[in-house]
Formats: sequence, C-alpha cells, structure tokens
Amino acid sequence: MTGAIKRMAAIDGQSPGDDLLARYRRQNRRRAGIVAVLAVLAVLALVVDLITGPAGLPLSETLRALTGGEVAKSARVIVWDVRLPVAMMALLVGAALALAGAEMQTVLENPLAEPFTLGVSSAAALGAATAIVLGVSLPFLPGVWTISGNAFVFALGVLALLQGLGRLRSEGPQSLILLGIALNFTCAALLSLLQFIASADALQQLVFWTMGSLASARWPGIGLIAVILGLTLPFALRASWKLTALRMGEDQALSFGVNVAALRRWAMMRVGLLAAGAVSMVGVIGFVGLAGPHIARLLVGEDHRYFLPASLLTGAVLMSVASTLSKTVVPGVLLPVGLVTSLIGLPIFFSLILGRRG
Amino acid sequence: MKGLAGTGISVRLGRRQVLSGLDLPLPEAGSLTVLAGPNAAGKSTLVRAIAQLVPYEGRIALDGADLRGMSYTERARALGYMPQSLPAGSALNVLESVIAAGQAAQSGLRAKADAIAMATLDRLGIGALALEPLGRLSGGQRQMVALAQAIVRNPRLLLLDEPTSALDLARQARLMAEVRALTDEGRIVIAVLHDLALAAQHADRIVILHEGRIHSAGKPADVLTPAMLAEVYGVEARVERCSQGRLMVLVDRELPRVTEIA
Repeated sequence: MTGAIKRMAAIDGQSPGDDLLARYRRQNRRRAGIVAVLAVLAVLALVVDLITGPAGLPLSETLRALTGGEVAKSARVIVWDVRLPVAMMALLVGAALALAGAEMQTVLENPLAEPFTLGVSSAAALGAATAIVLGVSLPFLPGVWTISGNAFVFALGVLALLQGLGRLRSEGPQSLILLGIALNFTCAALLSLLQFIASADALQQLVFWTMGSLASARWPGIGLIAVILGLTLPFALRASWKLTALRMGEDQALSFGVNVAALRRWAMMRVGLLAAGAVSMVGVIGFVGLAGPHIARLLVGEDHRYFLPASLLTGAVLMSVASTLSKTVVPGVLLPVGLVTSLIGLPIFFSLILGRRG
Repeated sequence: MKGLAGTGISVRLGRRQVLSGLDLPLPEAGSLTVLAGPNAAGKSTLVRAIAQLVPYEGRIALDGADLRGMSYTERARALGYMPQSLPAGSALNVLESVIAAGQAAQSGLRAKADAIAMATLDRLGIGALALEPLGRLSGGQRQMVALAQAIVRNPRLLLLDEPTSALDLARQARLMAEVRALTDEGRIVIAVLHDLALAAQHADRIVILHEGRIHSAGKPADVLTPAMLAEVYGVEARVERCSQGRLMVLVDRELPRVTEIA
C-alpha cells in the first residue's frame, strides 16, 4: 500500500498527508479549547446572574454569602433561596434544551428540529393547563409539583406517541417530523380550548407559565434536571461517533455498522427526558434548543465529540445571560425568561449565520 | 463455502417487484464482477440488498456466513458500500467523514484512526482534500470520498454503485485502476457500471440484469454480444475489438419496440 500512496501522491504532486494530519490534530485541540472557553463563559455567566438582582446586594457580600462567610440573614436568604436556584435552573435548563436540540437535529436529519418544533413544549403546556384549569393531577404527587408533574408526563407522552407512530410507518425521520408538527398543532388547539374555558385567574397563571419563567425555581427541580443531564450526557457522548456517522445519511451510517434504528430510539429517549424535564420546570422556552446547536456547529463543526458538549455549554450560556437580562432590562421587573431568550438569541444567531455566509 | 453466494434474492419496493428470486453466480475472492443492464433493471437494488440496506427474501452469504445473521459491527468489518452520491449538506470535513466511517462501529477511538483515514485518502489521490468541508466538494470529489469511506475498514467485500458516474476520464481511469488493485489484494468487488466498454476493460465477469432477473453472466467477451444488446437494451449495436484487442461496443441506433411494431 505504501507504494500505492507514493504513486498516487506523485500523480497529484501533493505533499504527503502528514502535514494535513498534523493540522487536523491541531484543529481538534483548538476545538477542545473552544469547549473549555465555553465552560468558563458558563461559569462567568452564572456568577454575573448571581450578583444581579433588585436587592442591590454588593458583590463582596454576595460572594461572602455564597462561601458561607459572615453576612446578614437577609443576604443569605436572597442568595441561597432566591438567586442561586434561579441562576442554577437557568444554566441547567439551557444546557438540557440545547443538548436535546443537538441530538434531535442529528437523528432526525433536520436542522430545524428542536423540542419546541416537535410538540414537546406545547404538550408540556397542555399538561400544565390540565393542572391549572381542570385541576387534574397525578396521584401521590405533592401539591407544588402538580403543574410540573403534569407537564413532564405530557411532554414525555407526546414523544412516546411520536416514537410509536414512527414505528408503525418506518419511513425515516421525515415522517417523524411531520407527525411531530401535527402533534404540535393538536396540543396547541387543545391548549386554546382549555384557555377558552378557563377562569380569569387560571388563564393568567397559564399564560405566565407558557411564557417560561425561572421565578418558581426550587432545589428539588434543579436536582431533577441535574440528574437527567448526568444520566443522559455520558450516553450521548458515547454515541458521538455514531451520531457523526449519521451526518452522512442513514444508508452510509448503516454501512459503517451503525444500528440506526436503535441509535434513533435511544437518542429520542434522551431527548424526551431532557426536554420534558426542562420544559416542565420552567415552562415554554423557545430558541435555545435551536440556536444552541447552531452556534456550536459554527464554532466547532459537526464532530459530535466536540459538537455535543459545545451545544450544551452554548445553551447554558445563552440561558444564563437571558436570566440576567430578564432582571435588568426593565428595572424592578422580572421579565419572563422565555421572551428574553428569543430576543437576545436572535441577533447573535443572525450575526453568526450572516457572518459565515459573507 | 468461499466467496459470495446469493440464492433466491427477491426485493419488493412498494408495489413493484424489483428483483424476482435471482441466484447470484458465485463471485470469488480476487474477482471483479460488474453488474450491468438498462435503467430500472434492479442493479442498485441488488447491490443495496447485498449491503443489507433494503429488506429482501432469500439468502446472501459471505464465505458461508449469512450476512443477515451478522451483527452490525461484523457486517461493517466484512463489507464496504459506496453509494451513487453522498449528501451535500454536512459540515463535516473529508477526513472526519472517513474517520467516522472507520470508527462508527467501534465503542472507543482506535489508536491511529485518523492516520488510517489519511492514508486511505492518500491512496486514492485525494489527500489534499482532507480538511475541505464535504459541502464544498464537486460531485466527482464526493464520489472519491465515498470510495474512501467504503475501503477504510479494509473490508473483504466491496460494493460500488455506479462509482464512475460523476468522474471525468482521468479520474475514471484512476478509480478503476484503484478498484483493480483493491480486487487483486484478494477482495470480492461488485460494481454497477453503465459504461460497457469500461466494464469490458476491467471486469473479470459481467452479470447482465434485465427486468429483475439475471439475463446472462460470464466473461465480457461471452456476454457482450449484439444479440444481448438488442434484447436487453433495445439497440442495434456492434461489438468489435480495437487494435489492442479491447472490446468496444458501438451503438448504431435504437430498435423499434416490439409493441410499436405490433
């Protein structure tokens, strides 16, 4: 084979591949560096989110409260019971939605796939509405968890339904996407119906919920999302070569030895847990699941060893910045974070895409 | 039993019976078999059935082992498949895509996976494209990358679906020379080709498919006859030897169809 290499290299008059191989390895080190920078940015965004708030707590006092130093009781309450849960929830929800979006875009072979477009968010909203408007709730669940519990079950249910229907007609990801869109419309219609019959109080609560809010972040909810992320991320990373191979299309991935059906099934299971967990805790948050992966793709490419962690971290940063902005854009008012993600995400997204084209 | 054996292969796509119970004549190691025939004869479908990409009835075995019974990993090690074209929409670069082709069935990263992929690209003379995004390649370059993806695992059985369709003359010659070299290393190679002169020049054996069945099979000189060309392709043609003894197929005109005569 060496003879063949030399012969072919001579024909093309090219330098041997060693140089390009070294460049490829350098490129990978740079990508790992970008992932590390994103991780640092996420931590920074978390800190900024923590020290912003209407209480006007000085930075030094916030940090003292965090590290368990000597501070007034009110400061400790503000930091530990108000700011930290909100900031942590923002970070984890952003991470979960973006990771879900990244896996979804790859396994459904569609750059527009994300939990929001495939009906997961509207199903969660419908679940929340059944709790808020109809008072229907899961048995054995404490009162504070009623809304989240319903949202979680509905979101997971719609993905299970999607999987089931997709299996009936195995015509690949396109039919899965169409089914998802159809389910999205169905849930939205049922949600409107519930809004139509809801009382004024219930309607207000429901509208607030669907806008996406971090205000009701509590530690058990944060723990749940952290556990889901901890359970899904290792498996997602383990499948990263298979996911990368799927970017060549289903036939190629199959011929490379990837069990595409199983890969899709497991990935959609992970996506279901991540999206249902995130949406049930904070309501409908659009855009992060779409923009996170796209920004990550522009930064590190589509080798999923880098693409998946970069997506996760980009989502975390986006959501964390949105959380800070939701407190500061209108002084004294906490805007629904779902509105802010779309508003800040859009310009970043546009500039990256247009910059790339140019 | 050594080699590739197929018996009773039938494929239905929707309502259309594409292949009807055909028995694949036994290609041996170190032989290049060309599948030829008119459009919609079932050539690509047969190759895809052997690659286990479409559901089929019947049995296809490599060295006695049923391909259907193999695990995904075993199958990936045994066979390489080169499609007619690769999707253009990926942001992966050429080298990454070839590493993924060699790596996807493994659980961890093999040492030197990138060096093996790079050597494969060099072997095909496309090493200079290693860091180009797939989306920016020409159709012919993408076809060469598809071949690299098929051979990077060093499979024993190589399935090529119209490997030269997007290539210029020089690249056709290079690709066929490389396919010949891959065959001579002891592989079983099956290639779908439309160009019968190219097939005659390189194939050890030609199998003519017609309406989902094997019409004829054998050495190029035995298979490529004016009678076959009239019956299968519906053309009046001469098969002649040029000064160097190579077979040439010269098409004179399309024959009027039987139904039109009636």
